[in-house]
Amino acid sequence: MTERINGSSNKRNMVLSFIALAALLVLVYVLDIVIKPTSSWNNLMTCLEKGTIYALVAVSMNLLNGFTGLFSLGQAGFMLIGAYAYAVFAIAPEDRTTVYQYYEGGGLIHFSLPHMLQDMMGGADAFGGAIGYYLGIILLMIFAGLLTAGIAFLIGIPVLRLKSDYLAIATLGFAEIIRSFFQWEGLGPVTNGSNVLRKFASYDSSIFPVLVAGVCIAFIVMLINSSYGRAFKSIRDDEIAAEAMGVNLFKHKELSFVISSFFAGVGGALLAMFQNNINASPFTSNMTYEILLIVVIGGIGSVTGSIIGSYLFIACSEWWLRGLDKGEFLGIEADFMTPGFRKVVFAVVIMGIVLFYSRGIMGTKEFSWDGLFNFFRTLPARIAGIPGKIKAKFSAKKHKKNTKKVKEAQ
Amino acid sequence: MELVVKWLPYILAGISVGGQFALIAIGYTMVYGILRLINFAHGDMFMIAGLIMVYMATALPLWMSVILVLIITVVLGCTIERVAYRPLRQAPRMSIMISAIGVSYFLQNMALYVTGGLTRTYPTIEWLQKNITIMGASTKMVTLITPVLTIVLVIALVLLIKRTKIGMAMRAVSRDFETSALMGIDINKVITVTFIIGSFLAAVGSILYFSNYTGIMPTSGSMPGLKAFVAAVFGGIGSIPGAVVGAFVIGICENIIKGLGLTTFSDAFTFVLLIVILMVKPTGLFGEKNIDKV
Repeated sequence: MTERINGSSNKRNMVLSFIALAALLVLVYVLDIVIKPTSSWNNLMTCLEKGTIYALVAVSMNLLNGFTGLFSLGQAGFMLIGAYAYAVFAIAPEDRTTVYQYYEGGGLIHFSLPHMLQDMMGGADAFGGAIGYYLGIILLMIFAGLLTAGIAFLIGIPVLRLKSDYLAIATLGFAEIIRSFFQWEGLGPVTNGSNVLRKFASYDSSIFPVLVAGVCIAFIVMLINSSYGRAFKSIRDDEIAAEAMGVNLFKHKELSFVISSFFAGVGGALLAMFQNNINASPFTSNMTYEILLIVVIGGIGSVTGSIIGSYLFIACSEWWLRGLDKGEFLGIEADFMTPGFRKVVFAVVIMGIVLFYSRGIMGTKEFSWDGLFNFFRTLPARIAGIPGKIKAKFSAKKHKKNTKKVKEAQ
Repeated sequence: MELVVKWLPYILAGISVGGQFALIAIGYTMVYGILRLINFAHGDMFMIAGLIMVYMATALPLWMSVILVLIITVVLGCTIERVAYRPLRQAPRMSIMISAIGVSYFLQNMALYVTGGLTRTYPTIEWLQKNITIMGASTKMVTLITPVLTIVLVIALVLLIKRTKIGMAMRAVSRDFETSALMGIDINKVITVTFIIGSFLAAVGSILYFSNYTGIMPTSGSMPGLKAFVAAVFGGIGSIPGAVVGAFVIGICENIIKGLGLTTFSDAFTFVLLIVILMVKPTGLFGEKNIDKV
């Protein structure tokens, strides 16, 4: 009997999830058309795109830190590889001489996959050309992910034998090595040295990053719920016990590391497209720290938490708290609100979360329809229970009975 | 002789930078030895000490601002420990590390707000920046002062740890946290003293380090901080002589790499060294072996 009830509620939840996702995509599509780049609501689109990209990176970091228990701080380095792997092969041949202006003949590489496929499938104006263009982008993104994963595989062999903080500092070190490698003049004909890469193929509609990130996150969720995911969690909870139960520690750590890096690479490629230009210098350890803080805000070990945390983080830093920099916030005007004040407030809030609310928004729980419905269903009862709670200050026993009654009434 | 003339400036610069890294690295290694925490905020505190110096020197005479910088940095270090690390003493190691990263994020953003994101010029301390000539290589006085001062401070510190009561307490706490608490050692006091020493040395290091450079930025602290940490790992974390040796090795190698014309890789070299040492001898040069017990 209970099984049937569970089955029907699972089916209902699936339908609800599909409806919600479809509604979300339609909403993004409509918003993308309605909101002009010049309007003040464009902030919403910026936050939506950047938040989605950061959500993907945060979830990939959560796979490592939250689900496998590997405290890795190399995310920015892997994003950098992905971003460059994408951008280098997506600059149209005719733009290469201007982008690679300091290198003879426009650098070493002279083709762009999206533009090539566009021409092959009917040119810029034809429908087939557009498909070819996006096919090229997607293929390049997969390439970016694979390259990142390959490098992560090699890095993982020595690094993953280290424990906790040594692992953190070693991955941080590798990220810095990667960054200085990409800035090296010797690689200039390919990476443009320390100069900016720009004019590469990018998406037109905000729905693209949302779709790509959605598919990637769905894959990560499926992985977490698989037997591999259970092995990851067992490593997180107790390495020695997991090993004793026959979980191959190194193999599973390496797997988690490589998959996480793959999606960090894809995220990096998306970030490159979002920014329309890419340079190695902002991919410092500070970027990794920001992503880590997003994971902490959302809850270490919760995918939905990371997503919520990422949108909140980006919305606060790019939009809602902007007023703090301009001297006017929520109608309050003050002289000390000069550029940079927003970030100070933000950092204080984050410290507050880290110190007093270290479980984050979701803890290790996930969003579920049942949880949401339960929340609303018990809301009136809980509001009705507030006087009871106040009374409970006087007699704790009475309060226990009260809540029991409320539960029975349901 | 030609070789000496060519390489002496780099080696002198290396010894000087190494001494400055050593002063920061001691803070890392002592905190790690006692709390098992990578104090990510230590590098930023070093930067804040530099900024305090910048703002003090505009209003006060130099000798007074130097003393004030030392005092304020020590107070700041203890405050950070009190506010951000003490409440998490019973928490898992990961959350205290995240808290350290949060403090680092806060300090950098605070510096960004105060400076307005501009590079601030470090005040000239004439005595330190006087030009001198050693064996035909022209350099600044600070190059000579740094290693001497570093060694004097380290000897004083080693004496403090080996000969005094609080030093004995520190050694006990770093050996076994819980047992020493059971033996009646005031853990919080020991940790506070550790942070006082670490912050004091970071402040001294910051004065020496930044007087070699013209400007200071909110992000100036993170790279020297990371390098000093690598130095601490290289020498064996928890070991003070190890941290000093590691810092000198990193400082000198880095400047030799700069001399070879590979400046982009001078930062990367530090991390290559880190990874090599972690692969070959994870406990570092002078570290003690740790055995994991189930």
